[in-house]
Amino acid sequence: MMKKTKDRFKQIVENFYLVFIMVFLYAPIATLIVLSFSNSKSRTQWGGFTLRWYIEMFKSATIMNALQNTLVIAFASALIATIIGTAAAIAISSMKPFPRTVIMGITNIPMLNADIVTGISLMLGFIAFGISLGFKTILIAHITFNIPYVILSVMPKLKQTNKSVYEAAMDLGASPIFAFFKVVFPDILPGVLSGFLLAFTMSLDDFIITHFTKGAGINTLSTLIYSEVRRGIKPSMYALSTVIFVTVLGLLIVTNFAPGRKRESR
Amino acid sequence: MNKKLLSGPYLVWMVGFTVIPLLLIVYYGLTDKSGAFTLANIVSITTAEHAKALWLSLGLSFISTMICLVLAYPLAMILRKRGVGRGSFVVFIFILPMWMNFLLRTLAWQTLLERNGVINGILKALHLPGQSLINTPGAIILGMVYNFLPFMVLPIYNVLCKIDDNTINAAHDLGADFYQTLVRIWMPLSIPGIISGITMVFVPALTTFVISNLLGGSKILLIGNVIEQEFTRGSNWHLGSGLSLVLMIFILASMALIAKYDKEGEGTAF
Repeated sequence: MMKKTKDRFKQIVENFYLVFIMVFLYAPIATLIVLSFSNSKSRTQWGGFTLRWYIEMFKSATIMNALQNTLVIAFASALIATIIGTAAAIAISSMKPFPRTVIMGITNIPMLNADIVTGISLMLGFIAFGISLGFKTILIAHITFNIPYVILSVMPKLKQTNKSVYEAAMDLGASPIFAFFKVVFPDILPGVLSGFLLAFTMSLDDFIITHFTKGAGINTLSTLIYSEVRRGIKPSMYALSTVIFVTVLGLLIVTNFAPGRKRESR
Repeated sequence: MNKKLLSGPYLVWMVGFTVIPLLLIVYYGLTDKSGAFTLANIVSITTAEHAKALWLSLGLSFISTMICLVLAYPLAMILRKRGVGRGSFVVFIFILPMWMNFLLRTLAWQTLLERNGVINGILKALHLPGQSLINTPGAIILGMVYNFLPFMVLPIYNVLCKIDDNTINAAHDLGADFYQTLVRIWMPLSIPGIISGITMVFVPALTTFVISNLLGGSKILLIGNVIEQEFTRGSNWHLGSGLSLVLMIFILASMALIAKYDKEGEGTAF
């Protein structure tokens, strides 16, 4: 009897704690979302439901321009990073332990390094190479920090593939490229896809590295929000936040609950 | 066909856009404007203004990291108990904010904390005196904890999930109470996750300039702000690079910590 009450009590404390953390994590975001529908510039008074800020947002050329840049960069950088990263992962997995350790060490640098240092170093690099800062440089920077995520998504899949099947295909007369696309690629496809989505999300989310590599006159959503916020928050920023939140949520649900993803991940 | 050739584009890319740029920071950090070798950029960390920014950054990020650890550990334990494994929805809910645009998260707190913000509005409605919440070190700590908490939860949770239930049951069978199990079993077995979580919170907190800019106002300067300003406004890249090199010492130290305690990469978040 004693034990039961004690377990019950423990359960209640745990639930209370989960709710507490959840409120802490989500209350601020919920506030933004609620304010984005309020027909009043005041942050404390509900001015009635409106979609005014959303209309204003969609009409604003600056915001739409930044949105377009963000999406194009996220898609292109994720795609290029996926191609380079998948190729690299295949090569790395067939390497001897020593070069493999060295290359994986380099791969980890952009993930462990502070964003501000990565951003500054890329900016110095672009200037040294004579590449003027703009759309191109943001794209290159995003590809650079995206490749490691792709490699780390594809590598575990490659470890699971059976080498003999690939060799059997070749014995039966398939060319290496044909054998790869027929035999190996379908096996690693889930890893490639989740690498792509991860890269897309990381690119969408980045602010610091973009801030240093963007140059004047071009904005992504993150850098636009930053410059607007420092001038004073406009409600259309809340609308924008809500749209981004919903998009990221959707992407993450796809990445996390897509078939074949959760069982294999560590 | 040699498979190793496939790594060609990647190697060129990484050398061009990771290794060379990092070496450039070293070069800029160790030279002056005429290109002559100097240690002045690095030594300038000892000037009153820079040293103050560095100490403040270290202090605030240390406090935030500890708060994150204290909040995250019990959460990870509860999640392990409740979650049906990785990829369960409950776990997803607590990890989700990690992927939210972090400017938005900071913007959200700015909205709450401002002088005419939501919290003061509520206080006013209750006829309580308004508080000055924003532009204080406390606001920065809050922003750091809020932004980086999921980075602490995930690695600890991942490591806890690997602990065998039988180990815990054995400890209980041998008469250990909750506290003893926590100190003798849970904690030692979760060290890789704890270390990984600490670095994943400490490094971004130490180097942030966004949180201090948006929640700390212009009066509180962290080392990240100093560096950012050297690059975007002051344009003394040599000084900025020198200070970045100082920061990199702390980053390298945490990488070494991870390498020591988390050899198999168990505590990584991805």
